[in-house]
Amino acid sequence: MPLKGRIDVNESLCKGCELCIGECPQHVMALAVERLNAKGYHPAELKEAGCTGCAICAIVCPEAAITVYREVVKPRKPAQEMAV
Amino acid sequence: MDLTNEIEEMQVVYSRPKSFTDVQTHYCPGCTHGTAHRLIAEVIDEMGLRERTIGVASVGFAYNYFDFDWVQSPHGRAPAMATGIKRVLPDRIVMTYQGDGDLASIGAAEIVHAAARGENITVFFINNANYGMTGGQMAPTTLPGQKTTSSPNGRDVELAGYPIQTAELLAILQGSSYVVRRSLHDPKNIRLAKKAIRLAFEAQVRGLGFSMIELLSICPTNWGMTPTQSLAWLEEKMIPFYPLGDFKVSPELAGLKI
Amino acid sequence: MTRELMKGNEAVAEAAIRAGLQAYFGYPITPQTELLEWMSRRMPELGRAFVQAESELGAINMVYGAACTGARAMTSSSSPGISLMMEGLSYIAATEVPMVLVDVMRGGPGLGNISPAQADYNQIVHGGGHGDYHPIVLAPASVQESIDLTARAFDLAEKYRAIAVLLTDGNIGQMMEPAELPPMQPVLTKPTSWAVSGASGRERRILTSISLDPPTQERTNIRLQKRWQDVQASEVMYKEYYLDDADFAVIGFGSAGRGALSAVRTARAEGLKVGLLRPITLSPFPTAIVEELTQKLQGMLVVEMNSGQMLDDVRSIVSRRIPVEFYGRMGGMTPLPEEILAEIHRLVTGPLTVNGHPRDRWLERLSSLN
Repeated sequence: MPLKGRIDVNESLCKGCELCIGECPQHVMALAVERLNAKGYHPAELKEAGCTGCAICAIVCPEAAITVYREVVKPRKPAQEMAV
Repeated sequence: MDLTNEIEEMQVVYSRPKSFTDVQTHYCPGCTHGTAHRLIAEVIDEMGLRERTIGVASVGFAYNYFDFDWVQSPHGRAPAMATGIKRVLPDRIVMTYQGDGDLASIGAAEIVHAAARGENITVFFINNANYGMTGGQMAPTTLPGQKTTSSPNGRDVELAGYPIQTAELLAILQGSSYVVRRSLHDPKNIRLAKKAIRLAFEAQVRGLGFSMIELLSICPTNWGMTPTQSLAWLEEKMIPFYPLGDFKVSPELAGLKI
Repeated sequence: MTRELMKGNEAVAEAAIRAGLQAYFGYPITPQTELLEWMSRRMPELGRAFVQAESELGAINMVYGAACTGARAMTSSSSPGISLMMEGLSYIAATEVPMVLVDVMRGGPGLGNISPAQADYNQIVHGGGHGDYHPIVLAPASVQESIDLTARAFDLAEKYRAIAVLLTDGNIGQMMEPAELPPMQPVLTKPTSWAVSGASGRERRILTSISLDPPTQERTNIRLQKRWQDVQASEVMYKEYYLDDADFAVIGFGSAGRGALSAVRTARAEGLKVGLLRPITLSPFPTAIVEELTQKLQGMLVVEMNSGQMLDDVRSIVSRRIPVEFYGRMGGMTPLPEEILAEIHRLVTGPLTVNGHPRDRWLERLSSLN
């Protein structure tokens, strides 16, 4: 099962260039066409679930506007130890 | 026994590099100057060079976007100013950030001689096949047939000659230690560009001589395309003329694992 | 220290080194190449920076870079090479970083020749680079003065965050005279609030000459102008000879002033009441003394190795209150004491006028001889 991820787009830095949207392997990004930022751009955002935190959007973003989060997976302690 | 992994919290996988100042840049939407800035800032952060770095750039405002010392150079003269700085402060990291006109036209003499002298500086050359900041005029890197505001019918090689392949030109000089061409048009190439940036700074840290990275970049506004269309134009039209690759790699760098 | 026979260009180079010069960047051009060559040997010997740049354009920009770090940096050239540096000088002035420039003037315009001249006066004193700025300009007339003024140039440049120019000519650059060098000063980059050197333990600094916002740019210009007023008030230097009881004065700088001194001495021996004013700072111009002389003299003779550039500055102070005559040689010719003496005779004999322009009268006489 792929890891879950999440992104935050700094909407005041985003210029709506759509490079992230084009490169996202999961196709889960889109421009928020119902709102504009202070400069008049439609910022990019996650439009649906499915982000894996691969960070490709952040790699292509010319504005470094994207912060990417990914689940950290930590193994549960082995059962024998827990029984004690 | 159940050894299913437990989900903890969300970890930050990528965030804006500290050396990239927290202001919106004036570059157009999709302009890969931003990408280049970001990669340089990432490498400066990773190598811990912020307090030792001095940048040199002519008007273009790169100096507003990095959280380290900068001087502004007259157009084309950045390699000469960088030489002046590096010669009096040899332990600092001195880098230039230059465009097509700056480096390949008005500054052609300065860059050739800085490379020939083997100045221990790192040069970032943003090649987007036109003079972007001044509104899209023909550059020494404009492709044959390419329309610009000063070649409205397309670059006529009979009148204006052929473009200059700067990386190949500078790689010939013995003072060059690391001269490569990379591109910023897709994630794979952006990753490779970042590795090259790292190697270039390593060359300077090790005092190996002149290092330069030519970064093929998109210019959506002046090419008259969307950013996404521009990526395709770069790949289809620019790369055949400006092949990606390593044109000079000092032996000391060749084995470096980063 | 002992006096030694030394060549002007080399004396200037060594004087700069002794003043704590950290970086020299230059390019060969006659008649100042000896300065570059001296530096090429001495600077590496002392572990200091030296680069023979790709051109004068490269050289001035290397100086710009080094100056931004607060280091004492200089370059030298001669007239055509100085023209190549004008862009850099304007940027350096606008960025308010100190530097020293040596211009060993030669015949022009254009490629001209390699003989001495003073025809860069306007270019240097009134700023050949674009925009409103004022370099401090010092004009020596001997090898010793060249040495003394070189050290002073560095101090003035740093004090006022300005460009200080040693404006000399091929005569003084090439001549050999006995002179004394000062002791070696240590190389010292004084801490400043503006130097760029790597943002270690402080906020980053940017040194730039651009302000797209006109009000900000105007404020920069106001600051430069006000600082210039301070320079004008405090840094004027000149030498006067035999002016106390003089009825006439010759005004000349550098080689022309030196030749004029010989002529004035001869005139005095003949019983003529003539003196000499020799400006040492051409910028700031010694306005006050010229004003003082205007009020007591019957006439002035300006002698220069150009077509009358300082002449116009003198005339603008004198404002037709007394006659001002002119004698100049151009294209690499040096006015000899005999010629200047003949002009002094003409001045003293008269008749003189405040009408017309002395340049026209002079050109008439000069062209009839040639």
